[in-house]
This record gives sequence, C-alpha cells and structure tokens, in this order.
Amino acid sequence: MSALQRLFKFHGGVKPAYNKEASTGLPIAVAPTPTLLVIPLHQSIGGMPRPLVKAGERVLKGQRIGGADGNASSAVHASTSGAVVAVEMRLMPHTSGLSALCVVIEPDGRDEWIARQPFDFRKASPTQTRDYLRDAGVVGLGGAVFPTHLKLNPGKHGKLDTLVLNGAECEPFITCDDVLMRERAETILKGAIIMREMLSARQVLIGIEDNKPEAIAAMEIAAQAANQAAGDLAMQVVSVPTRYPAGGAKQLIRVLTGIEVPHGKRSTDYGVQCFNVGTAYAVYEAIALGQPLISRIVTVAGNVGQARNYEALFGTPMRDLVALCDPLPDSDRVIMGGPMMGLLMPGDEVPVVKATNCVLVGSRKLFPPPPPEMPCIRCGECAKACPADLQPFEMYWFSRAKIFGKAQEYKLFDCIECGCCAYVCPSHIPLVDYYRFAKSEIWAREVDKEAADIARERYEFRLLREEREKQEKAAKLAAKTAAGREKAAAAIAEAAKPAATPEDDTKKALIAAALERAKAQKEQVHPGNVSNLTPEQEAEVTAIEARRAEIREMAKPHLRQDD
Amino acid sequence: MNNSPYFLKPASVQSVMLRVLVALLPGIAAYVWFFGAAILVQIVLASVTALAAEAVMLRLRDKPVMLFLSDGSALVTAWLIALTFPSIAPWWLTVLGTLLAIVVAKHLYGGLGQNPFNPAMVAFALMIVAYPLLMSQWPKVDATDFAGQWEAIFGSRQILDAMTMATPLDALRTVLRDPEQRAMIGGILGSKATFGNVGGRGWEWIATGYFLGGLYLLQQRIITWHMPTAFLATLFVVSGAFALYEPDRFAGPGFQLFTGGAMLAAFFIVTDPVSGATTPRGKLIFAAGVALLTWIIRTFGAYPDGIAFAVLLMNIATPLIDMYTQPPVFGHKDKRGDSP
Ligand code: SF4
Ligand code: SF4
Repeated sequence: MSALQRLFKFHGGVKPAYNKEASTGLPIAVAPTPTLLVIPLHQSIGGMPRPLVKAGERVLKGQRIGGADGNASSAVHASTSGAVVAVEMRLMPHTSGLSALCVVIEPDGRDEWIARQPFDFRKASPTQTRDYLRDAGVVGLGGAVFPTHLKLNPGKHGKLDTLVLNGAECEPFITCDDVLMRERAETILKGAIIMREMLSARQVLIGIEDNKPEAIAAMEIAAQAANQAAGDLAMQVVSVPTRYPAGGAKQLIRVLTGIEVPHGKRSTDYGVQCFNVGTAYAVYEAIALGQPLISRIVTVAGNVGQARNYEALFGTPMRDLVALCDPLPDSDRVIMGGPMMGLLMPGDEVPVVKATNCVLVGSRKLFPPPPPEMPCIRCGECAKACPADLQPFEMYWFSRAKIFGKAQEYKLFDCIECGCCAYVCPSHIPLVDYYRFAKSEIWAREVDKEAADIARERYEFRLLREEREKQEKAAKLAAKTAAGREKAAAAIAEAAKPAATPEDDTKKALIAAALERAKAQKEQVHPGNVSNLTPEQEAEVTAIEARRAEIREMAKPHLRQDD
Repeated sequence: MNNSPYFLKPASVQSVMLRVLVALLPGIAAYVWFFGAAILVQIVLASVTALAAEAVMLRLRDKPVMLFLSDGSALVTAWLIALTFPSIAPWWLTVLGTLLAIVVAKHLYGGLGQNPFNPAMVAFALMIVAYPLLMSQWPKVDATDFAGQWEAIFGSRQILDAMTMATPLDALRTVLRDPEQRAMIGGILGSKATFGNVGGRGWEWIATGYFLGGLYLLQQRIITWHMPTAFLATLFVVSGAFALYEPDRFAGPGFQLFTGGAMLAAFFIVTDPVSGATTPRGKLIFAAGVALLTWIIRTFGAYPDGIAFAVLLMNIATPLIDMYTQPPVFGHKDKRGDSP
C-alpha cells in the first residue's frame, strides 16, 4: 500500500551521518529505579503545574504530583511509589542552567500503583476525554512536549482528513521511536485508533524514514491487522526518503500530503494533525490502561561503549542512564536530543523528562569544536539547505547587525532552528545561535516595552494623584471658606486612605483605585464635571489595558505545534 | 562549548576556492597551448601580488592573517585578473590591477564577503579606462615564443608589434566601424585565421576549457545552473535574433559565446556569490542582465569586451534584485509577503 502513496518533497534538508545502528542492536531495557527521583513540575509547553504534594507525604506510582495550571498545561505524576523528601528548586535539563521547582521522591522499592481505571472515551464527551488526557500528563514525545489534549481537537470543521503519525525520526543517533515501532507496533496503532476517532480523521498515514526497514515492516503488519479488524484501509505505513529534518512535523505533513502549514497556523485548519508514534503509545496507555505518563523510551548513545534504548522513569538522573552504557573516558558532555537540535546539559545529574528522547554523550573527538568562524561569502548553501525556505544568510546579517525588524521581515520566526544552515555553512558560522539571540532579544524588547508601558501607567497614575492632591488642597480651601465643611472632610478621608498604598503591585487595581479616587474627588469638589471626565479617563485606562494585553499576547512564546 | 548543531559538514571557504581554481585549469591549459606560457607568468605575478596585498591589508585591519590568507579567495581574484588581462601585458599593469582589486575593491569595502563589486572586474574596468592601449594588446595565436613574451612583460615592448594581433572582438569592431568592410562581414567572420571555427582561433578552445571547468563546478554544487544558463542563453538569444535580422551587421551567437571572456564570465565571474544576486530568480535576472549589457557594449560601446562593465552595473542592482526576488517561505507558497 505504501507504493500507492504519492510523496511530496520538502525544500532543503541535509544528510548527516546517521549513526543509528549502534543503539538498535539490543531490545529496549527497563532502566533500574534510581535512589532518588527528581521530577520537575514544568515538563511541557504551557502553564507551570502547581505542586499537589508536600515534603514528607507518601506517594503512589502514577499519583498526580503536579496539577495542570489551566487548560494549556499538563499534569505531572510520581514515577514510582515512595516518600516525597522535598519540593524544591533543582537544576533543570536545559542549557540555561536555571533551576525550577521539582518534586524529589525517594522510592520505597515497592513500585505500588494507584488504582488504575481505564477511561471509556466513547462514553465521555470530547472535552472530558481531553481533560482526562491533560490530567494524565500526556504530551508530545517527539521532543516538543506540546500538550496532546490541546491537539486532539478536530477544529472548526469537526473532522480531519489525515492523522499523521510521525515515525520519521530524522535526527542522527536517536532510535527511541524506531525500537518502539519494532517492538510495540500494535500498541502504537491502538493509540492511533483512539486518536483517529477523537479527530474523526479519514485516514492515518504513518510516515517512517526508509532507513528503518524493521520498523516499517513491523508497523505494516500491525496496520494490516488493524485495517482488517476495522474493515477499511484507513491505516497506511508510508516509507519516506531519509533526509533530515523529514521528522519535523511540518516537513512530514508536507511529504505525506503536500500540504504546507504556515508558521503560526493550526494544522487542523488544513485538515491534518500530526503526532509522534510515542505519543500514540502514551495515549493508549492512559486511556486503555489508566496509566498516566510516567516513563518513556530514551536512547543513550554517542561516546559510549554500548548504546541502547531504555525505558526510563521521569526523574531518573541522566548520569544513571549513561552509566549503564559504559561511557568512554574522554566523554565531556551530555546532550539532550540529537546532534542537530539537542540541548547541551548543564551537568549529567539533570533528570530525564518527557522531552528526553535521547541522552547523547559527547566528546571533543565525536563533536569537535567548529573551525574558526569566517565571514559570510553569500554562497547560498544555507538557503539551499533550509527546510523552511528561508534566506538564512540575510537573517544572519540582520541578526548580527541587531536590525531585528529586518530579520523579522525575512521571517526569522518561521525558522524552526533545525540547524541545517549551520551544518552546511562553509564559513562555519553558528547561524542558529544568531537566530536564537535575535529571537530572545526581540522577546526581551517586547518585555521591555511592556515594562515601559507599566512605567508610563505609573507615571499617568502619579499625574492623577497629583491632580487629586491639588484638588484636595482646593477642597481644604473650599472647606475653610465654604459651608460644606463636613463634606470636604469626608472627601479628604476618602482620598487619604487609598493613597497609603501607592506601591500596590497589581497595576489594574492601582488604576481602578486611582479612577475611583479621582471620581470620588470630582464628585465631591466639582459635582458638575463628573459625567464629562470619568468616561474619558475610563477610556484611557481601557486603552492602556488593551495595549498591554496585546503585547502580552505577542510576547507569549508561540506555542509550537511541532511534535 | 558550542550549541547545536554539534557537528558540521566538512566544508570550508578554502575548499570552495580551491575547487574554483582547479576548475580554471583546463582553460589555462588551452591558453598555454595556443598563446604560450606568458599567461602562467601573469598568474604568478597576480597571485604573489594578491597574497602580499591581502596579508598587508589583513595586518592593517587586525584580522588573523594566516586564517584569511589561506581561504583562497585572493587567489581566485588574482587568477581571474590574470585571465582577463592580456597575457603579454607589462608586469606592472597586472600588479597594479591586482593591487586595486585587493586593496580597494575588497578590503576597503570590508574584506571577504563584504565587497559589493566583483574585485577582478573592478581591476579590469579601471585598467582599461586608464590604459586602453596596453589592455588591448593580445598575443598572436600560435606565437608561443616564451623569450619574446618574457621580454614583452618585463622588458622593452618594442618587439610587440610582431607579437600582437587584434583579438577577434577587436577585429569585429574594426570591421563594424568601417562601412565598406561591413558589407563583407560574413566573409570576414568566415576567415579561419582570426575567427577560427566559432569564436576565434584558439579562443574557442580556451572557452571550451572554461566550459568543462564550469561543468565541474556545477557537479561539485559550488555554483547552481541559474547564472551560467541565464547568461549564455541570453547572449545566445539576443545575438542570434540580431544576427538573423541583419547578418551583415551582427555577429552570430556561436561567435559571441565562444569569444572573449564569455565562457569565463558565465561560470566564473557572474557566479561570484559575494557581489551577485543570491535568490534563484535573482540569479537568473542578474546573469541575464550581465549578458544583455555585455552584448550591447560589445556591439555599440567603445570597448571591445563589455563584460566587466556589465558585471559592475549589475552589481549595483544586486541588492534591489535580491529584495524583489525573495522566494516564498514554507507555507506561503501561493502568495508572498503577508505575515501569518
Ligand atoms: S552558507 Fe554560510 S557563507 Fe554561505 S551564504 Fe550561508 S551563511 Fe553565508
Ligand atoms: S535553522 Fe532556521 S534558518 Fe537554519 S535551516 Fe533551519 S529553519 Fe532554516
């Protein structure tokens, strides 16, 4: 059936050395439970889950320890049973070296589950199912960790044409999806069936790079069985040409369907949705077995004696996994992810999280420092390699010159940071670093702008207050000379009270209070003017608020649809 | 430690430039065969001058000298200068041209990657304006007497008359200027002594050598097909159309393509990435523009070969061409420009 499928090409891409065989020789092994699990609460895109446990509490395996913060967030669970020894800041698996709130659990060795209840999604409403998946902590396991429940929505038409399962796995060294497909194809497809129903998708296309013949064979057998059981031909395994980044969600959608989903648009608007094969597996476990997401398959590869895939509990220190693979003595770094897009870890003690598809051990020999950076010769190699059809050297030029507006005109934010451009550049320019820099500068400027807006609001508020004080004086004067002595005194009392809390931190409250006071003042002193002035001020405040909301919206990092 | 990507394709500016030099070898071999070893002397002169000038400029600009000196870009400029100047030009002409290219056209504009004008073409244009006579004394075909050439380059130029002849382009120009001879242009172009089979005796073989080198560059993916194709096709179509229309006045496409620096320009000069357009459509426009201007200058202008001026004129237009030919980005293929 794959022969029938017409394939499309995406522009650019590169063919680095894949180095995948090293970790596919052995089957998936279960990594031993470590002596201490450090489980970060914030493991997905979206809101930071609130901690639900305190130090000293006993937790069961699968017990929710972090509750989703609103709908655009995803819960976090205890990976095994044990005692919570701390809820504290710990080093995160991120290049920044920042710490974040983690639940530290000392396993009790009993591995005692919570009561697991399958979830009958056919009886539940779609919203209930989505809420269930959110609370089961299911997120995209391809590395982007976008909450899955947010994507399991057919969108405005109520149905989709194509559900794409992403088994392309294009990054060198990483084989976690490959081995998962080889060993657990059937379960993946059971998850895909659930997803297909939730999305009312006509067909399911499973895209796998043609350098994984074993995975393709296994998935084909499972797909045939599933089609037979369903009496249709909805599931199709499609072997796609091996070319990095064929596994980028947008690139794979393009290859399989010819559709290009523009940056910032929902793919469901184009009738397709894309999930990683590991995510389908996790959906099945959550819905059919009642097991929240507490572990994943992690490839340990690179500068190690025996690369392998492990099923590791979230919170397992990366160094424990590395130790299982006899790292070579010259190892000098741990990278989370692959060599093209992976993140350099600040240390090897950081925990495995939902985004950890690979723990890549590096050395100077394996990943030598790049040769010295030369000027750009505008050779256009980068543009030839860019899968987003960008002109990387133009973006580089403007990012470097800090002309960020121009960089944005060249669609800086359409850049998926795949690294193809930097990979091919004969001048060895770390192009992606420049884009990261430009993007963060642009975000920072948005934040600065917001801060400036706040400062301006404060200033406007001070003007209001000064105005009010002037009027207080006038009122006093009026009180002395006129008969309405009591009225004026009341006005002063009224005005003095809120003035005692000028440094209130919620700006909205401040403005509202200022407005109130001004209003009260006006009423007291110039009753005749109230109807004129207040709407003006109100309009102004509303305008300020609207502007700020807009900026906040813009500054919110674009939720990536990549899975 | 660096960020992702952690490994790079083994590519470098140096390897790009070295392959460009290799691609020039077949053309140079033909040059030596038909016109003697003088061209090798010129290549050495230009190379030494370019490297020395480059080193001095890098030192002055406080750049790592060895790193940039070894990138090979100065050598490419030097070789192109040597190949576009007459091979029996006096030594100082080549040296002066190369100095201007490296110091003014390259480093005063900011060095590698920053020059808006093609340095070799700047050198050619300045020299032909300043020394029109010296720049049009080309060696006679088959006059490969090296001692005489050496004498012409480094010593007195008295014996020059015996050695030089008009290039086919010059000859053509003279003919075109003279109404009486013009009527016989067909016959004159047919005279094999000057004009060879297609583009001028000897010259056509050099052009073939450049063409082979160009194919190598295409195969190595150092250049894309856009520029050579647009350049040669435009020259072919324009000259072909006019030759058909009035064969007595205009030289045909075969001659235009295989004479002068047309092949060199198609694969090695218009394709200079730094000063040329970079987008696919931009490359087509840029190269077609150079070809059109070249033909106009060759046919109507005051200088025999117009490639240098054509390239410089199009260099001015490069930023504009690039700006208006940006290819659509992913997901915006149908219409261009509006943000998501
Ligand atoms: S590949 Fe490097 S040198 Fe070439 S155009 Fe791109 S940034 Fe410039
Ligand atoms: S990192 Fe960005 S600019 Fe570079 S190739 Fe990838 S998408 Fe294009």
